[in-house]
Amino acid sequence: MPNNSKGKRTLVDASRLIIESMARAGADAFIGYPITPANLLYQYGSQRMPLMLAAPDEITTLQWMAGLAAAGKVPITATSFPGYALMIESINMAYMMELPMVIILVQRLGPATGTATCGAQGDLSLLRGNISGGHPLPVFSTSSFADCWTLSAKAVKTAIELRTPVVLLTSKEEVMTTKSFDLATLPEIEPVERKYYDLKCDGKYKSYKATDLVPDFLPVTQSNHQVRINASTHDKEGILQHSNDEAMANTQRLEDKIRQKLYDYIEYEYHESKEAEKLVVSFGITAAAAKDAIKELEQQGEKVSLLIPKTLVPAPEVYIEIMESYKTVVVAEENINNQFSEMLYGIRKPENHRFVGSLGKMITPQQIIEEVQA
Amino acid sequence: MTTAFLNTDALPYCKGCGHDLIARNTTKALDKLNYDPLDVIMVTDIGCHGIIDKCLNTHTVHGLHGRSVALGAGISFSNPDPNKKIVVFIGDGGTTIGLQHIMEAARLNLNMTVVVHNNYLYGMTGGQTSGLTPYGFNTTTSAEGNPFSGYDLCALTHAAGAAYTGRIMGIGDISDKLAEVISVKGFSLIEVLEICPSYGVKLNPRRKLQEIVEKSGKPLGDWTREREPFEAHQGRKADDLLSRLPIVKKMFNSYLKKPLSLVVSGSAGEGVQLAAGLISKAALISGLHVTQKGSYPVTVGVGFSTAEINLSNEHIHFHGINVPDMAIITSADGLAHNRKKIEAMKEGMLIIDSSLNAPQTGAKVIQHDFRALGARNAAIFSVFFFALKTGIISTEAIFKVIENEGKADKLPLAKIKEALVSV
Repeated sequence: MPNNSKGKRTLVDASRLIIESMARAGADAFIGYPITPANLLYQYGSQRMPLMLAAPDEITTLQWMAGLAAAGKVPITATSFPGYALMIESINMAYMMELPMVIILVQRLGPATGTATCGAQGDLSLLRGNISGGHPLPVFSTSSFADCWTLSAKAVKTAIELRTPVVLLTSKEEVMTTKSFDLATLPEIEPVERKYYDLKCDGKYKSYKATDLVPDFLPVTQSNHQVRINASTHDKEGILQHSNDEAMANTQRLEDKIRQKLYDYIEYEYHESKEAEKLVVSFGITAAAAKDAIKELEQQGEKVSLLIPKTLVPAPEVYIEIMESYKTVVVAEENINNQFSEMLYGIRKPENHRFVGSLGKMITPQQIIEEVQA
Repeated sequence: MTTAFLNTDALPYCKGCGHDLIARNTTKALDKLNYDPLDVIMVTDIGCHGIIDKCLNTHTVHGLHGRSVALGAGISFSNPDPNKKIVVFIGDGGTTIGLQHIMEAARLNLNMTVVVHNNYLYGMTGGQTSGLTPYGFNTTTSAEGNPFSGYDLCALTHAAGAAYTGRIMGIGDISDKLAEVISVKGFSLIEVLEICPSYGVKLNPRRKLQEIVEKSGKPLGDWTREREPFEAHQGRKADDLLSRLPIVKKMFNSYLKKPLSLVVSGSAGEGVQLAAGLISKAALISGLHVTQKGSYPVTVGVGFSTAEINLSNEHIHFHGINVPDMAIITSADGLAHNRKKIEAMKEGMLIIDSSLNAPQTGAKVIQHDFRALGARNAAIFSVFFFALKTGIISTEAIFKVIENEGKADKLPLAKIKEALVSV
C-alpha cells in the first residue's frame, strides 16, 4: 500500500539522522577533517554541534577530541579508512586514558586510498584488532536508517557509560543516500546522564580506581581533586608504571570493562522463521539486500531466518549460538574475505557456512537468494 | 623537600640534566604567579621530561609522542575558566614529530604555554638526531656531526602566529622568565636549550652550551605578536537538523505498478541532480517510497553526473541498481558512463536525447531533443518528458515541487510547458 497521509514523511539522508541522534544523546563537539564519503556528516556536525572545530589532519582530530573529553566534553568525528588509519594510535591513547568519544567510520573501497566514492565493508578485521593487546574497542554497525537513529545514540551512551572511544560503523551507500522516511517513527532520544565522582567525597580521588569496572570521571578543569590521565601503563592513580601488579590489573580491567559490560550493549535483529533450516547473516549495508532476499524466498515458499548483528566488536556468543542452530548458514558482507566469519571462527569456518562477498559492488538480494538455494 | 607543586625533591633525572632545572623553575614560576596546583593542567609528551608527572601536584595528562601540544589544545578548546593554566612539556624529538600541532596551536593562538626541552637529541631512545639538532652536533646516529641544520622552531612558531615565542639557555634561575611566558594571554612557547648529560655531553666533549648555541645560528631572544587569544564559539544556538525538513502529504496519484529503478544521467552543470531531485520529491508527494543517490567524478564540475532513483509502493530496503528498469540520458557524458548498464537492459525504457546514438539494448528506446531548451535545462526537460510518457509521477506533481521550493522563477517553465505540448 502506498504510504500516504500518516506520519511525518520527508526525504532525509542517514548522515543527518546520525548527527542529530548523537547531538540529542549528548555529543557536544564535532571535530572534522574532510574525507569522502564522510563529508555530509562533517557538514551536519558543523551545523548542529555546540562546538565545531576544523582540524588540520586526523591525528590532530583525535588529539583535540581527547583533550576535550578530558575536560568533560563528548566529542565525535567522522572519517573513512585513510583518516581512521591516522587516528589509530590516538584511539589507543583515548582507550587507555578512558575518554568517551565516538568515531563514525564510513567504509569505502580500499586498500589505501582505494575508491573514495565506492562503498565497501572491508574494515571489520581492522576494527577487531586495532587496539594493541587485542582489547576490544566497541563497534556498532548500522544496517538501516532506523539504526542510524537508535544506534548513534547508543554509541554515545556506550562511550559515556563505559568511558571509552566507540566506533559507529557505516558505509558510503548508507550515509550518502537520500530516502523517503517517516520521522514520526523515530523514538525519542533521552540525553545520556553523566555521572561524576562526588566532589564532596573527602577521600583521595584516584582517576582509575573503578568501583564497577568503570572509573568515576572528573574533568581536568575542576579544582577539587587531582586528576591524572595517562596513556602509558599506569596504576589506579594514573601514575606511569612499568608492569607492576596494580598496573597490570588496570590493563586487565580495560579488557574486562568492555567484555563484561557488553551484555548491556548487545544489539542485533533476529528474524526467526519457524522450521527454517537456513539462516542468512548480514550486517551493515548488505542487511538491506538480505531483508529483500528473505522476503523473496518467503514468497517462493522457502523458510529462511535472518540475523543482523549490530554490536560487532566484541562479538557476543549469541551470534554463534544462533548460527549453530541451523543446518545452513549464509553470511553476506561486501568484502572478499568473509571478515565477520573470520572474526568468529578464525581461519576454519564451519563446513555448513557459505559466503556471499563482493568487491566494488553492492551485494544484491539475488546473489543472496542464489547462495541460499545453491 | 616538597613544594605546593612538587611532591618530592628527588626528581627522576640524570645528574646535570636540564630537565631537572626546567621542572623546578616551571613549578617555581607557577608558585610565583600564585596558581593553585589544581588550577594547572600539565600535559607531558613522551621523552625523559615526561616522567615528571608523578612528582607534580597539578592535574597531569600524559599522552603520545609528539602529540602533547594537540592534546593540550583540546583542553584549551573547552574554554576552561580563564584562571586555569595549561602548560605543555615537550622535547625536541616530540617537537620534530608533532611540529604541525605546534604550528596549529600558534596559528589559532590558543591559551596555553609550551615549554620545549631542547637537548638536541632523543635522550630516552638512545641519543639519536632530532629535527632540532644543530649542524655539526654529534649524536649516536651522526657520529661525524649532524650534516643538517635544525629547524628554527622559534621563527616557525612566531611566523605561525604565536603571541609569544622565546629561546633561552637552561642555566641558572629561569623562573622569572618562565613566569613571564606563562602569563602571556594566548599561545606562548619557550625553547629551553640544554645538553643531555648521558649522550650530548659524552658525544660532544669539551663543547659548552654557549658555544653550541652561537654556532647553531638560532639566536636567543623573544618574539611577540599583539593578538587576541582564541575563543571557541561555544553555546551558539544549535539547530535541530530534522525540524527544517519539509514534511509532505500525499497530494497526487502515481500509476506505479511495481518497484522501479531509474538512472538519470547527463553532464555536470546541466541540472541532473536537481532534475533527479524533482522526480524524488514529486514521487514523495505522490505517496511513493523513494531512494536517491548521486554519482559524479571527484572534480564535480566536469564530466558525467548520474543519479540513481528507486521508486516503490512498498518500503525500500536494497537501493543498489545494477541494471535499471529505466534510464534517462541527456548527454554524451551520461551515455558513456551508463553504456554498459543500458546494454544490459533486457526490457524497460531508455529515454535518450536525439543527438545521441542509442546503444544496443533490450529496452524500448524513446528519443527526444532535450537540449533544445539549452544544455542547462536538458535534464529538467527530460524529467517532465518522463512524467508525461510514464505517468509514474504527474507533471503537476513536479510543478508543485518547483513551486514549493520557490524555484519557479529560476527555471524556464513557460518554455518547458510549450515544448511539452508537442510531446
